[in-house]
Amino acid sequence: MARMKFLCDAERCIECNGCVTACKNEHDVPWGVNRRRVVTLNDGVPGERSVSVACMHCSDAPCIAVCPVDCIYHTEEGVVLHDKDLCIGCGYCFYACPFGAPQFPQAGAFGMRGKMDKCTFCAGGPEVDGSEEEFRKYGRNRLAEGKLPICAEMCATKALLGGDSDVISDIFRKRATMRGGGAQLIGWATAYGRQERAQERKGAGEGGK
Amino acid sequence: MKKSVLIVSAMLAAFGLAACGERPQVNVYQQGKYQGKADTAPYDNPAFGKDKAKWEAAVRARGQGQDEYTRGG
Repeated sequence: MARMKFLCDAERCIECNGCVTACKNEHDVPWGVNRRRVVTLNDGVPGERSVSVACMHCSDAPCIAVCPVDCIYHTEEGVVLHDKDLCIGCGYCFYACPFGAPQFPQAGAFGMRGKMDKCTFCAGGPEVDGSEEEFRKYGRNRLAEGKLPICAEMCATKALLGGDSDVISDIFRKRATMRGGGAQLIGWATAYGRQERAQERKGAGEGGK
Repeated sequence: MKKSVLIVSAMLAAFGLAACGERPQVNVYQQGKYQGKADTAPYDNPAFGKDKAKWEAAVRARGQGQDEYTRGG
């Protein structure tokens, strides 16, 4: 098996925030913490694009490199997880992460930060799989049940794909081929808008947000 | 007098330049090692009985469920 990855198809994402809601519900995520969020570019402008973003489970994760207590690790499947018992809530991982994935619940008065919380790829943490303690600290462990992350599995338009990178990249490649479009089947222009769309936006005389 | 001034200035120059060696100032980065609790594999549970192939097949089938071109016949 290859590595576990997320892939968001910006052509399909309709900014319904279903993935965000499903994640919060599945893991009983506390108030103020969003393990996943939908980012929209050129919001309200024709041709806007939305992307669902969470921890990307980087192969060379910068959060692992900067953690002063070395509490973040890679699983065999390439999922980036952490041990909350060891985390000191310093926030270095938040500064290092290019996706803003690490979240910090407000643990007390005066803005005191709690321990880091982030997307676990629905793989729990270093507690006994499926235990009450694992759920309390990290949320449900769907991967140990042979299931994939809830956000991807319940996505209504199947914009968000999650799972074995070989499988999801094959699905995306097939999808892009079915759409048509010549040489620019897969790439930046397909994902973030073709040149003619940019021209249309320019013609409409609006400024992007 | 002239000689003593020369000796003193030579000593001062030697002392002043003593700390001018060029040494590498940057430490070599060393990746830390995970210090937390050990995690078990997702197939190391009663549902899969440590059978990695069975777990991989289950996850792969689940992944294919995201492909609407093949789903539902």
